[in-house]
Amino acid sequence: MVWKTLARHFISRPAAPRTADAAAVAALRKRLADAGDAKLGRSLAIRHVAAGSCNGCELELRATQNLIYDLTQYGLSFTPSPRHADILLITGVAARNMLVAVRQAREAMPDPVLVVAVGDCAVDGGVFKGSAAITGGADSILPVDLVIAGCPPTPAQIVEGLLALLEAHDTGPRRVKRVRE
Amino acid sequence: MNVLSPEDWQAHSGKFIALWTDAVYAYALYQPAELVVTPLVEGAYPALPHKGAAWFQRLAHDTNGHTAIGAADTRPAIEHFCAPDGTAPWPEFSRPAGEGIHQVAVGPVHAAIIEPGHFRFSLRGEEVLKLEARLGYSHKGTLALIRGKSPRLAARFAARISGDATVAHSIAFAHAAEAALGITPPERAVYLRAIMAEMERLANHGSDIGAIAGDAGFSFLDARFAWYRESICSAARVAFGHRLMMDMVIPGGVAGDILSGGMAAILSSLQALENEIPGLTRVFEDYASLQDRLVGTGIVPPELAQAYAAGGFTGRASGQNHDARVTPGYAPYENFGIDVPVEEDGDVAARIRIRLEEIIESIRLIRDMLANLPETAIGIALPTGSGTALGVAESFRGPVWHWLNIDSGTITDVFIADASTLQWPLLEFAATTAILADFPLINKSINASYSGVDL
Repeated sequence: MVWKTLARHFISRPAAPRTADAAAVAALRKRLADAGDAKLGRSLAIRHVAAGSCNGCELELRATQNLIYDLTQYGLSFTPSPRHADILLITGVAARNMLVAVRQAREAMPDPVLVVAVGDCAVDGGVFKGSAAITGGADSILPVDLVIAGCPPTPAQIVEGLLALLEAHDTGPRRVKRVRE
Repeated sequence: MNVLSPEDWQAHSGKFIALWTDAVYAYALYQPAELVVTPLVEGAYPALPHKGAAWFQRLAHDTNGHTAIGAADTRPAIEHFCAPDGTAPWPEFSRPAGEGIHQVAVGPVHAAIIEPGHFRFSLRGEEVLKLEARLGYSHKGTLALIRGKSPRLAARFAARISGDATVAHSIAFAHAAEAALGITPPERAVYLRAIMAEMERLANHGSDIGAIAGDAGFSFLDARFAWYRESICSAARVAFGHRLMMDMVIPGGVAGDILSGGMAAILSSLQALENEIPGLTRVFEDYASLQDRLVGTGIVPPELAQAYAAGGFTGRASGQNHDARVTPGYAPYENFGIDVPVEEDGDVAARIRIRLEEIIESIRLIRDMLANLPETAIGIALPTGSGTALGVAESFRGPVWHWLNIDSGTITDVFIADASTLQWPLLEFAATTAILADFPLINKSINASYSGVDL
């Protein structure tokens, strides 16, 4: 069994790496340049906050960490603590009962922070738009930098959306200055 | 409708499932599908003595303003902004009497990628003496949004009661709408619904079992089971166009037929899962360090499961044999027969064993149904009728109940009871049979829905 698996892996080719949508990268790059944000680098920690979702987006967010999508290979990882997170990833309708918690999570994060809304509910309330129990969309709580739409978005769409953040930050090869004494 | 006097309403015995109110009556639902009502008097009704009634009575107060007279538990359920000045203060979390007791607060923002809820543990050292869950954080006003819409439009909300059980909730909603309007969907649609429901069960059972092993530090099982969930979701996408099969089940039938290549994709994902299940089960049973974390952890005693009429694998791991696919039962399961596994231990390990057995049963059901798929239409148009009816479906967690009142094609009132409502109190108890570090395992092993009870 092990030998069969080894042999199969030996002759198979790895899947092509995922890439970000070029238009999303260009828009995001402009947005970040306009905001004059400090650069975060290519290894980003994500703090996820569910603000009134149906659990569909959470299932697919978790799936981005499995063997197939392997989000970590791109330098993106989920962190339990907001204290060392770079990205605040919000799912759900922005339920009124979650407003305080979302703001507290944001305040606990060190600047600069990128805010990403994942799923149609986090974009504008989705099908729940107009309910009295919600404020409707992540941008009703905080300014949002990137939206990844879908109900729920597939893990591939989430990975490609998040890669746009990395691409937008990447302003060419970095030159390291050597200091001689 | 069985209208009872207040005394008979309170004295009514049976396995209580749900309670709700409309403008005129308070409704109580008992197994297998017995509905009794009592008239509201000045917006109030007598509280029921059943253990499971507390959350429903609190919910009826928050959503409809109706009071349960004599209720012991009057805490707000989903209305957090309950102070007179419109703010949302923290409630008082009572702590057990005694020395050296401290509290640990967790949530609503959790460490993992899960839904929001607050847990307040009262501890002596590591020993959990009491757990109180505060829910309502994902309250979206779903019931209010469903009122005033046609069943076809409202199906979108039913599909989003709980995203992991979207197919089961859609089926229960369709059952209620179809019963209220007096129609029967075509056979092929009924089969396709059941195939989707069983695939949903496979995906959730697999990923939860893996996640429990992952929390016990066993990432190999987590990775393998996550891979199987992925292969089932991918097959669902090929067969039905959506990984979670959301919005596929609609009142009157299904939204689309199984796509070309779908059957092959489903069968190959089932084959891969079936081939590896014996090996993975052996890993579960053979590793002493893993068994040490799972056996005897988070016990739900059979008496407690019975008092709450717990359904699903949580009930079945604690001696309850209820399965809505069998009683009251619905099409097409009567053509296939279901083997309902039951255990008595009630711990995390027993819940995993039940779910592993249900995986094998679901694989068999999907294969049988695909092989016997009837050649009929996949849906019929809904008439613009009136009626009141209940609908049920067995989600991977247990039975989900939908009650609809339709007037001239428009839904005038609705109630939805997820299986989780009766499982949250069991989680609160199970946590007190272990230490704090075991809570993530216990929580995942029951996996009650937040969105499903917050509505």
